[in-house]
Amino acid sequence: MGRKLLFEHITKPGIQGLEGYRANGGYRSVEKALKTMSPEAVVEEVKKSGLRGRGGAGFPTGMKWSFLAKPPGVPRHIVCNADESEPGTFKDRYLMERIPHLLVEGMITSGFALGAESGYIYIRGEYFYVHRILERAIAEAYAAGWLGKNILGSGFDFDLHMHIGAGAYICGEETALLESLEGKRGNPRIKPPFPAVKGLYDRPTVVNNVETIAAVVPIVNDGGEEYAKIGVGKSTGTKLISAGGNIKRPGVYEIELGITCDEFLNSDEYCGGIEGRALKAVVPGGSSVPIIPGELFLKTAAGETRLMTYESLSDGGFATGSMLGSGGFYAYNDAQCIVRSTWNHARFYHHESCGQCSPCREGTGWMEKLLHRIENGHGHMEDIDLLWDIQRRIEGNTICPLGDAAAWPVASAIRHFRDEFEYHVKYPTKVKDPDHFAKEPFKRELKASYA
Amino acid sequence: MGATIKAVTTREGTKPFAFSEAALAECRSIIARYPAERSKSALIPILHIAQSENDGWLSVNAMDAVAQVLGLKHIEVYEVASFYSMFNLHPVGTYHLEVCQTSPCMIRGSEKIVGHLSKKLGIQPGETTKDGMFTLKTVECLGSCGSAPMLQCGAKYYEDLTPEKVDAMLDAMRAENKRQTYTDR
Repeated sequence: MGRKLLFEHITKPGIQGLEGYRANGGYRSVEKALKTMSPEAVVEEVKKSGLRGRGGAGFPTGMKWSFLAKPPGVPRHIVCNADESEPGTFKDRYLMERIPHLLVEGMITSGFALGAESGYIYIRGEYFYVHRILERAIAEAYAAGWLGKNILGSGFDFDLHMHIGAGAYICGEETALLESLEGKRGNPRIKPPFPAVKGLYDRPTVVNNVETIAAVVPIVNDGGEEYAKIGVGKSTGTKLISAGGNIKRPGVYEIELGITCDEFLNSDEYCGGIEGRALKAVVPGGSSVPIIPGELFLKTAAGETRLMTYESLSDGGFATGSMLGSGGFYAYNDAQCIVRSTWNHARFYHHESCGQCSPCREGTGWMEKLLHRIENGHGHMEDIDLLWDIQRRIEGNTICPLGDAAAWPVASAIRHFRDEFEYHVKYPTKVKDPDHFAKEPFKRELKASYA
Repeated sequence: MGATIKAVTTREGTKPFAFSEAALAECRSIIARYPAERSKSALIPILHIAQSENDGWLSVNAMDAVAQVLGLKHIEVYEVASFYSMFNLHPVGTYHLEVCQTSPCMIRGSEKIVGHLSKKLGIQPGETTKDGMFTLKTVECLGSCGSAPMLQCGAKYYEDLTPEKVDAMLDAMRAENKRQTYTDR
């Protein structure tokens, strides 16, 4: 059993409420920080921990915090990104639903470290019932004096509020989230200026993912060095992985970074292996990261055992690797069609493009149309090259990373499964049935293109 | 969303809209969460309340009432309401069934659930049954990939769906005949 830092007490009775949470050591990090530490010392512990942003980008949290501008007389804010919309990702929902006070506690401790006047938790609209759970937790925390004026007599004032979204993947991008929080359309802003300088209401703002903020709690409790003892290299601590797709045991798992991919996929402690049939492909970190064939998930192109870390999962670059991303893991068995799944991804990004940048707005639509055509047996061989060309023209040419996120799944599917696209063009009648590979798994006619 | 432009419905034929007292009180408490002069931040939460008070959709009258509450120009409300996919600019059925169709759900059989619902209700995604009871919609990832296939109706998630579970859900809904909205407690 790996160590659990966030989920240690998640199955304890009454953990959802303040009393049960306190009984299991809750709010200790607030006491420790406010009574015995300076804000700078808390930031220092987070730096020492090596914690990296758990929303997908993996940027060092301590460094992000140290960029926060502190002009005198200007209020600062901390915003929690609970917009969790990356397909395959549902870890934050699980955490907020089961142990809401962990997030509230993390917000207070982080708010103290940053000298923030107030914090907002921006939660996606679809999670309305989770929003209610957090509202209750916040009300409990106010009533018990963990929020509000002069917390624990320390002189630190901190207000925490919920904010509900209304269905927009793009609002997971931090500047789009801030626009949305200001009551506008979720159009990402041009950076710089970064939110650390001009964020919410043009004030210095830190935006962090739910899991990142929750991780601050054990880091302050046990010290950054203790946290950094878990993991491998620059991937320290534990990570929540939401596992789905054709696996035997879907769910949210807290893993120690550095366990092998094989253990994660096949052991009964985690996914429990592939359901029924053979493993075909894996998306390790949410739909935006490159899809890779099953064998490349388990071992790198050089034949080394692949680990669940930021570095190991991206070993080989985009040619043969992928990314840890948000930890939205899903696996495909050999009944699944990669072309159909890629079309599905393309439709998602087309729907979710905010429409600001032409390459993304137009390109995602064209990719969806071409993939629809190929999947339904009306494609031409040139369409595959055209798809490749379109995704190249989107990547890197947009204000926010949604363009890249739309391009990568298409690029990686063609890179690793080009023969499957060609099969769709060659045998249009066979692919008319949406279940085409469920009856007869696809057999590779070509060597995988990475070889 | 940007890529799918939704037209704002015209005023004609829509019934007048006014917030209830309870809703206005809730609006005031939401506005208090933001700094003074920044009350526009309350727009999305208040649009949710207006939608729930207007049978699950935002008529122009409802949006205009929101503009009035927040002291905004009408266009500031329309442009936001038309951006976010949870705001319905056309009437919806008593039960608005939103089936997640994104890849992790697709892998676990969401297409069969959509097909089953379509057959049972005699409508295609995007349509409402003649009796106004059900609207079927396909939506993008709802963050429930570990319990796929799934659908959302109002604030409730219906997870690990099978055709049998869907049938039982529809029967229970027909028997209860009570609108489910996102803001249900």
